[in-house]
Amino acid sequence: MTAAVSIQTVSQRYGTATALDRVSLEIEAGELVVLLGPSGCGKTTLLNLIGGFTEPTAGTILIGTRDMAGVAPKDRPTTTVFQDYALFPHMTLRENVGFGLRMRGVQKAKRSAKADAMLALVGLEGRGDRRPHELSGGQRQRVALARALAVEPEVLLLDEPLGALDLKLRRQMQDELKGIQRRVGTTFVHVTHDQEEAMAIADRIVVMNAGRIEDFGPPRQVYLHPKTLFTAGFMGEVNRIPVRDGQAPFGPVPLPDGTLCIRPEALSARGLLHIGLCKIEEAAFFGTHIRAHVSPLTAPDLRLVVHLPQSQTVEVGGVLDLGAESHVVLTE
Amino acid sequence: MIRLLSWAYLAAAFTFVYLPVAVLVVFSFQDGRLPVPPFKGVTLQWYAQVLGNDDLTAALLNSLLVAVVSSLIALTLGFLAAHALARVRLPGSALMRGVLIAPMTVSTLIIALGLLNIFTLTGIRLSLWTTGIAHVVINLPLCFAITYAAMGDHQRNAERAARDLGAAEWKVLTLISAPMLAAPLAAAFFLSVTFSWDEFIIAFLLTRFDVTLPVEIWSMLKSGLSPATNAVGSLVFLVSVTLVILLELTVFRKRP
Repeated sequence: MTAAVSIQTVSQRYGTATALDRVSLEIEAGELVVLLGPSGCGKTTLLNLIGGFTEPTAGTILIGTRDMAGVAPKDRPTTTVFQDYALFPHMTLRENVGFGLRMRGVQKAKRSAKADAMLALVGLEGRGDRRPHELSGGQRQRVALARALAVEPEVLLLDEPLGALDLKLRRQMQDELKGIQRRVGTTFVHVTHDQEEAMAIADRIVVMNAGRIEDFGPPRQVYLHPKTLFTAGFMGEVNRIPVRDGQAPFGPVPLPDGTLCIRPEALSARGLLHIGLCKIEEAAFFGTHIRAHVSPLTAPDLRLVVHLPQSQTVEVGGVLDLGAESHVVLTE
Repeated sequence: MIRLLSWAYLAAAFTFVYLPVAVLVVFSFQDGRLPVPPFKGVTLQWYAQVLGNDDLTAALLNSLLVAVVSSLIALTLGFLAAHALARVRLPGSALMRGVLIAPMTVSTLIIALGLLNIFTLTGIRLSLWTTGIAHVVINLPLCFAITYAAMGDHQRNAERAARDLGAAEWKVLTLISAPMLAAPLAAAFFLSVTFSWDEFIIAFLLTRFDVTLPVEIWSMLKSGLSPATNAVGSLVFLVSVTLVILLELTVFRKRP
């Protein structure tokens, strides 16, 4: 089952603090959307509003075509995967996964079969009789996912589900999460502050900051063509160069006024937006690339970060001819 | 040397605590009319007399009934109050917690006198029920304090997950909150039963015809010392010890 989610000018205030400020968002059915932003940006608040754990101060939330105002979490077509898993320690994995079905009055034999099938889906086949404390963090996360999916929700909400896992396991779980989403076809709304995680799994990324949506689009668009300086900076490292009256510090550019944003990996000898000769100030080998700080000869005060191919020989004090392969000019 | 001293100190401390109980138990086997030295030999006649005494066995059953029923009520009320105050932010919840725990500091004599006044005013006749009510009054703060202290974010998150999966509030309480708090709930229940089982002042003031065991023992004592009272005392002690050992084995051992 799957459904679209429509968030219409939703605000959430706690006392005088505004957690969400007139946020509108259309999530399509079967889509994997990631709410991305720094802590306190309102992404978890938005997730709680969709799940029904809090009611919005103003605005409307529709799931499918149904208005969710006043509908308790237990009556919503949503389930949640919590950051701390929130498994029931006194129940076996099968009972954990079958709990939602039990609450819906499903017969024991039927729900056990469904629970076993869900455990198999997340790669925990035959472990139904174990208890949560016997599992590793990654396995607990899988059980939480199976438990939330067992009731076939229309929308699955994931609250930083991979936050407690180490980096390697997190990358592996991202791939699995995306694979499972493709198989079940449920709408996933996933909250994270890790932009790499967001790009790894998202169909579309919602970048949030200070209770507002800064940007909304596919990973490629949000990364390469951010709508705001905040998005540009949050999605990855970026060189910010002021442009005024067609002049950048390193020379004239055919661009409107604003801040020219260039990703470090977009700077190369092939770049069409010509910057000119740059002196290498510092360089370090990062494995996948060489990270260097350079200064244009025409603007020695400007420092740019460049990612160069690992095969390139880079010497501090040397000079490179650089241009930007892609760029965006933002005003704020 | 220090090691020896510390062992001696330990032995002295245990002797101080347990000597009276040991004397009580030993002289319950006294083959004679008075439970005082010299020890004249071993007999089980006093136990036979006690267990054959209908008043005593009736009192013993009354005590068990009052202890178990009043503890169950105190536990239920204490757990629900603790759950509400731990989960819902209410105005004046600190004050409410304080008021709930306060009866612990009031002596049982005062509580018994207060309740006696109320029962007399309202015309409620004294019985095991009135004693049971008073035992709920003294044990509810205990049950509340123990369960409240045990409630943490861990349970809160599990409860939230249960609601999210479609559980109604009473199912959250019975299927998630209570089982997750099984150890503290059992501890509160057994402690409450022990207190009620041993309680004398309230039971003395608030019972009339059916009495609990401590009251029955007291009326036996009025007719003078006898190894029979020692035998009853030993039985009471045996029950209390059994409860504590059960508590130790079932509840505290399980803690990882």
